[in-house]
Amino acid sequence: MSSADLVTALYFYKMNHSGDNPENPDRDRLILSKGHSVLAQYAALAECGYFPKSILKTTKTFGSILQGHPEIRTPGIEANTGSLAQGLSVGVGIALGGKLDKRDYKVYVILGDGELNEGQIWEAITAASVYKLDNLVAIIDRNKLQASGPIKEIYDMGDIKSKFDAFCWKTFEINGHNMKEIIEVLDSVDKIKGVPSVIIAQTIKGKGISFAENVTGFHNAALTAEQFRKANLDIDNLEL
Amino acid sequence: MIKMSNLREAYGKELVALGRKEERIVVLDADLRGSTMSCYFAKEFPERFFEMGIAEQNMISTAAGLSLVGKIPFVNTFAVFATGRPYDQIRQGVALPKLNVKIVGSSCGLSDYGDGATHQSVEDIATMRSIPNMVIISPVDAVEMKKVVRAVVEYQGPVYIRINRNDLPILTDEDESFKIGKINKIADGKDITVFATGFMVYQALQARAILQDKGISVRVINVSTIKPIDVDKVKEYAKDVKGVITAEEHTIIGGLGGAICEVLSDELVKIKRVGIDDKFGQSASNYEELINYYGLTPQAIIEKAEELLN
Repeated sequence: MSSADLVTALYFYKMNHSGDNPENPDRDRLILSKGHSVLAQYAALAECGYFPKSILKTTKTFGSILQGHPEIRTPGIEANTGSLAQGLSVGVGIALGGKLDKRDYKVYVILGDGELNEGQIWEAITAASVYKLDNLVAIIDRNKLQASGPIKEIYDMGDIKSKFDAFCWKTFEINGHNMKEIIEVLDSVDKIKGVPSVIIAQTIKGKGISFAENVTGFHNAALTAEQFRKANLDIDNLEL
Repeated sequence: MIKMSNLREAYGKELVALGRKEERIVVLDADLRGSTMSCYFAKEFPERFFEMGIAEQNMISTAAGLSLVGKIPFVNTFAVFATGRPYDQIRQGVALPKLNVKIVGSSCGLSDYGDGATHQSVEDIATMRSIPNMVIISPVDAVEMKKVVRAVVEYQGPVYIRINRNDLPILTDEDESFKIGKINKIADGKDITVFATGFMVYQALQARAILQDKGISVRVINVSTIKPIDVDKVKEYAKDVKGVITAEEHTIIGGLGGAICEVLSDELVKIKRVGIDDKFGQSASNYEELINYYGLTPQAIIEKAEELLN
């Protein structure tokens, strides 16, 4: 839920893409490097017509094209992710390919803040900087919780922005649930040339669902029938 | 006098030759272009060569990204770093989605003799073989090396190629065919079949010559594709002999020996494995010292043959 607003803004406002033509070589790409949030992406892809909404119910069941973590066999999924940190490197590869082929698509990669623990992330951040990948945009879903608890208590990496600054990325900070801010920052990123951009989006895990907000246990959890009913009520009553 | 040639040189030059015809080929290296010989491609096609720094995990996943936009990436570093360090990136990001990434492990086995155990890949076949969808090729000489590069460009899917660092004898002809998944008979015989790969094919041929003088007839098979293994031919060549020997510059656990034992597990045939005996490598002042110490010699093959026949 923490990345739901970001995913929504990308698929329904920003990105050049179409569920009718998922192989268009000029399409913008979204890679969900924090693959455990794939449910948000499946919902958006179904809404965009990549596959029928009816199969959403089969997610994580035997034989479904909607696996527990993203796989490219699902229409609209651009990279296999789930083992953390690989998504940003795949994004680097797709962005390099775009430069080589002189196509002007953009590659958006959503990262978790816990995911930044992985060493490979910093290899990819360096590579994007070395190759001046201004067609690559990392978006950090800064929900401040990782699988075992609050980042402050588990593995606090400190100031994320200054780290990206040091690697010569253009950095932006926004409220990841304020749609106006999200849209504005996505548009401003287009003007950045010669360096990759990162959007640090302050978010709330379980946003919009009263009993799940900021609760570590909802890192990758299924709702009971009763929780689902309550969650729907909460979302219906959200002030937009 | 047998002619020697270098596989890395052959690889680097063939990649350039193919790069002229096939624009989709891109090459990545992790600061070892002068050893892997991807330097030739870098010089000829600088825009299609990506220096990825000493960061192998990112290199593999970046190659995955390049393949997703239609490129044919060749990823280069030493075999030990090409397979061990980015194992997870290969498993999750290349093999699972069956991406068209070619992983080239240079200086395989003990062939980087001076650098010691950290730089010697004794278990890379075993780790790569355990990953679904992965093709593994271990060329025997510089002539076959070139055909391997051509074949893997044609083949759609992940491939691991292991390349010896040192000059090796040329044992095959230009006009012999190479097909992924097919084994080739180098010399025929009727008492023993030796399934060998890479440098060990030459050791098997030397053993064959000595055994011939002792009245023992040995068939030598070059197994350059270790996965998928040529099941039918392995069974055929094992059926009409008194015993089978496998020979590889790799641990005897999980490599070529493992693959042949798996294929022949339901056949009534005696099998002996020649390889590195569940040990790491070490430094030496030359390649031969290590070959002798780890028992990767014609003599080791001769002893196994005699054990099988007694």
